[in-house]
Amino acid sequence: MIRTENLEKSFGKLHVLKGVSTSFEAGQVVSVIGPNGSGKTTLIKCILGMVVADKGSIFFDGKNIGRDFQYRNNIGYMPQIGRYPANMKIGQLFSMMKDLRKAVTNTDNELIKEYALEAMFDKPMHTLSGGTTQKVSAALAFLFNPKVLILDEPTAGLDPLASEILKAKILKAKEEGRLVIITSHIMSEVEEMADKILYLFEGSINFYKTVSELKTETGEERLGKAIAKIMKERMHV
Amino acid sequence: MFKIAKYVVYDILRSKVLIAYTVFLLGISLSLFSLEEDASKSIVSLMSVVMIIVPLVSIVFSTTYFYNAYEFIELLVAQPLSRTTILLGKFTGVAFSMLTAFFIGVGVPVLIYSPNATGFVLLQSGIGLSLVFISLAFFSSVATRDKAKGIGLSLMLWFFFSVIYDAIILGVLFAFSDYPLEKAVIALASLNPIDLGRIMILMKLDISALMGFTGAVYKKFFGTGFGFFYTTGIMLLWIVVPQLVSLRIFRKKNL
Repeated sequence: MIRTENLEKSFGKLHVLKGVSTSFEAGQVVSVIGPNGSGKTTLIKCILGMVVADKGSIFFDGKNIGRDFQYRNNIGYMPQIGRYPANMKIGQLFSMMKDLRKAVTNTDNELIKEYALEAMFDKPMHTLSGGTTQKVSAALAFLFNPKVLILDEPTAGLDPLASEILKAKILKAKEEGRLVIITSHIMSEVEEMADKILYLFEGSINFYKTVSELKTETGEERLGKAIAKIMKERMHV
Repeated sequence: MFKIAKYVVYDILRSKVLIAYTVFLLGISLSLFSLEEDASKSIVSLMSVVMIIVPLVSIVFSTTYFYNAYEFIELLVAQPLSRTTILLGKFTGVAFSMLTAFFIGVGVPVLIYSPNATGFVLLQSGIGLSLVFISLAFFSSVATRDKAKGIGLSLMLWFFFSVIYDAIILGVLFAFSDYPLEKAVIALASLNPIDLGRIMILMKLDISALMGFTGAVYKKFFGTGFGFFYTTGIMLLWIVVPQLVSLRIFRKKNL
């Protein structure tokens, strides 16, 4: 569904992505993990077209995204730190997004309901707490029933109840045959949701395997331990 | 594009800066017109204000707005919208708001007190200058990542066009005063949008005689129909070229 070929990106002297080639298929939850600064967010932003790669190409449903922007109709994005026009009210934000996407009908308002955002539609964005802003971001990402969901550390800042709601929503999206790409540092959460794990280390793919593969290879029951074991082995080599 | 512009206008209308700018321009225009019996004298005074204030406020306000609305741009870039649409939408929104302020602050008083050719040229050059400096503001906001640098670059551009450029022309005139420089002066002066605006108004006021020989040269060139197209053309270039450069940079910008 999404394929990247030899993505290279540098910010000045910092070489963030060093030839990332991978592919993501529909009906899966793929978790992109890796230490801070390993290029996770940059990879995601490249796919979204927010960052333009220096070299390499990205294909969406077989089409090179190049300068195209229509493919973003199929993507819902939840940023790590959602930043929105400060003066705008929540309700206005939602109606603006609907207006800009030209898709007022057939929207997915489930998260708006479950997070009870409607009661806060009159609140300006700059008065919201970090957690509420995350809820708004999540609701926006799911709003247009996209085929692909890209969630950058979705549960960071959410309270346990809100996280559970979001996780259920993610699993449901997977059942519906959509692709969900998540970055996360919380291993238990990755274990709960992910089918495949993409480990980025200093801008290159260290491994890209299914969760069960990882567990059998290392003989560990828990994912966190399995990954730690692999990392240690690689360090010794 | 117009949808984005619509939301930009909503956002700007809520800021008090634009209202203050409108009231300020309105205050100046009304007081200048009521101080003088002769409306054309008021136009000259108003021109001096317009030539300094309008470019300054246009460029500083637009640059600040661009940085303050950075989140909005980030939000839009992840949506199925092309970067060209986003930037042009922003430009249209900012330009619409600034021109509305200018129209209420200067346009309405001029139409009431001096609805003649001179008044129209003042409005025309004010509108042209607003657009030119918004365009330059977009260029400096897109070219720099840091807010302070962007505003610094904007202020430098403004200072260059309103002060330094004239000093350079004077310097050239002084250094080469032994040579016939009429054509060179026309060429040099017309490259600066602020000078161009000033010349356009002075030509209409028929006081070019007061400017001596240079005035006569100006009159001969800018007073004609060709001169009018020439000045309008240069103004348009000053609006379009920085905007095209900004678009080029913005298409490849990392957000």
